[in-house]
Amino acid sequence: MPMVEISNVRKAYASGFEALKGASLDIHEGEILALLGPNGAGKTTLISTICGITQPTSGTITVGGHDVVTDYRGARSLVGLVPQEINLEPFERVINTVRFSRGLFGKPKDDALLERILRQLSLWDKRDNRIMELSGGMKRRVLIAKALAHEPRVLFLDEPTAGVDVELRRDMWEIVAGLKEAGVTIILTTHYIEEAEAIADRIAVINKGEILLVEEKSALMTRLGQKELRIELHDPVDALPEALADRGLRIEEDGQVLVYSYDTAQDRTGIATLIREVSEAGLVLRDLQTRQNSLEDIFVGLVSKQEDAA
Amino acid sequence: MNWQAIRAIYVFEMSRFFRTLLQSFVSPVISTSLYFVVFGAAIGSRIDQVEGVSYGAFIVPGLIMLSVMTQAISNASFGIYFPKFIGTIYELLSAPINFLEIVLGYVGAAATKALFIGLVILGTSALFVDLSIQHPLAMLAFLVLTCLSFALFGFIIGIWAGNFEQLQLIPLLVVTPLVFLGGSFYSISMLPPVWQTISFFNPVVYLVSGFRWSFFGVADVPIGLSLLAIAGFTLLCLAIIWWIFKTGWRIRQ
Ligand SMILES: Nc1ncnc2c1ncn2[C@@H]1O[C@H](COP(=O)(O)OP(=O)(O)OP(=O)(O)O)[C@@H](O)[C@H]1O
Ligand SMILES: [Mg+2]
Repeated sequence: MPMVEISNVRKAYASGFEALKGASLDIHEGEILALLGPNGAGKTTLISTICGITQPTSGTITVGGHDVVTDYRGARSLVGLVPQEINLEPFERVINTVRFSRGLFGKPKDDALLERILRQLSLWDKRDNRIMELSGGMKRRVLIAKALAHEPRVLFLDEPTAGVDVELRRDMWEIVAGLKEAGVTIILTTHYIEEAEAIADRIAVINKGEILLVEEKSALMTRLGQKELRIELHDPVDALPEALADRGLRIEEDGQVLVYSYDTAQDRTGIATLIREVSEAGLVLRDLQTRQNSLEDIFVGLVSKQEDAA
Repeated sequence: MNWQAIRAIYVFEMSRFFRTLLQSFVSPVISTSLYFVVFGAAIGSRIDQVEGVSYGAFIVPGLIMLSVMTQAISNASFGIYFPKFIGTIYELLSAPINFLEIVLGYVGAAATKALFIGLVILGTSALFVDLSIQHPLAMLAFLVLTCLSFALFGFIIGIWAGNFEQLQLIPLLVVTPLVFLGGSFYSISMLPPVWQTISFFNPVVYLVSGFRWSFFGVADVPIGLSLLAIAGFTLLCLAIIWWIFKTGWRIRQ
């Protein structure tokens, strides 16, 4: 049974705008799922609907088998949320807001746990500070501490690394890795595709309220993984020689480089023939490079394909 | 029932109160003293007695009610409006709690603060006038019920309000006039007949009258009616709050 099961969820806001148009997605226990999508795709709306901040217009969502509407207590007690916006009471002290979160979820007092969480997030020294005395990155960490304070089995991180420095980002991924180790299911949204590429087990792409794709990251990389062969020439060319005209080559860097795209999954990549043809055409090679297509290329490709179809 | 959650909200809200404890304590003491100087000394020296009670003592129940009602409303409305305003409401909405628990936490804390202030005023008053309370238990019951019901009312205002002006609007436009015209500083029987009739449409009259009865044993309206009025008001507020959470009105999109 999936940890989170989203079936055919539509969400129309009061304005009439439909932010989710029948989204379906299963999230497995213990995985890290990255939710990618451009601004306004519906990522936050989807997360809000799972967590109980907004009500689905139609469709069902379960968490751990509990329906989020009819059995909201069962569902919500499993879920921790780190929201995209920094929503904190400026006059409160760090330790009090974290304690509050734990209590709100019905968990008994456990100061040892809270200390561990705050230390892990390098907030222990700041525990008696007021929120307004913290930096932006620290506030984001307080949000994470609040979400972890009630020991969630499913953790939603809505753009946790927006406005966070490199070091903290690394700390954050270490914490995420630790949580995964402990069996926590993690769903994160991010605009940094490298991040998703580095940390996620599976990747879902959402745009305009529709889930366009859900795939194992590795499968995705190979299935859609295009490679590029970059042929650097000794002398630049103005145009492609006749013999190479129909090989689908691209000229880059003022004629210094020829780029050949090929599919790694195919039996014959055509590289050997290409190189022979290049020499036969009288061009002198200086260097060869291959480059794996990044997830970003795949992502941009998917989104623009949907845009073209519309 | 998620008692931990109720406790967490209650403690969190009360800590806001304790942060400003001195303010919370000093301002009712000063304003009560001022009332006694103005109403008790200046006017009271001319009025002498109302229904067999010295004017200074006569205004005490009304004075307490006035503060308790406004305090309960402002505390509860601010308590729930503030999370909405700064966005921390996301946590309440995503927590495994129901409307009753949220209400108990916020309204309980607001009512406690109002009760505290009511008792401070009662104590301050005792410094100025001789006070005897004929029905102390009934007095306390009235006080607690008023704190609770007006905190419930404040909670509704806090959810309804879309900005800080609206938050002040109802207390200013509706509650203060009703309380001032509710017989806090005079007996309804002192009014011309027309105004007496109009007064009986003012719910606050029933509260002040019942509360005053618990002090002096005299009332403008029968005590049973007073109890009925406050019970009815409480139930009405509860019903509205239940509807709000059921429909998600102004909180859950
Ligand atoms: N409260 C609301 N009322 C009306 N429309 C809304 C509301 N919240 C979001 N929307 C709309 O729903 C769409 C999806 O918004 P959402 O916040 O889910 O996007 P997102 O994928 O999280 O974007 P971002 O990457 O910018 O955070 C947007 O077009 C947005 O304008
Ligand atoms: Mg978002």
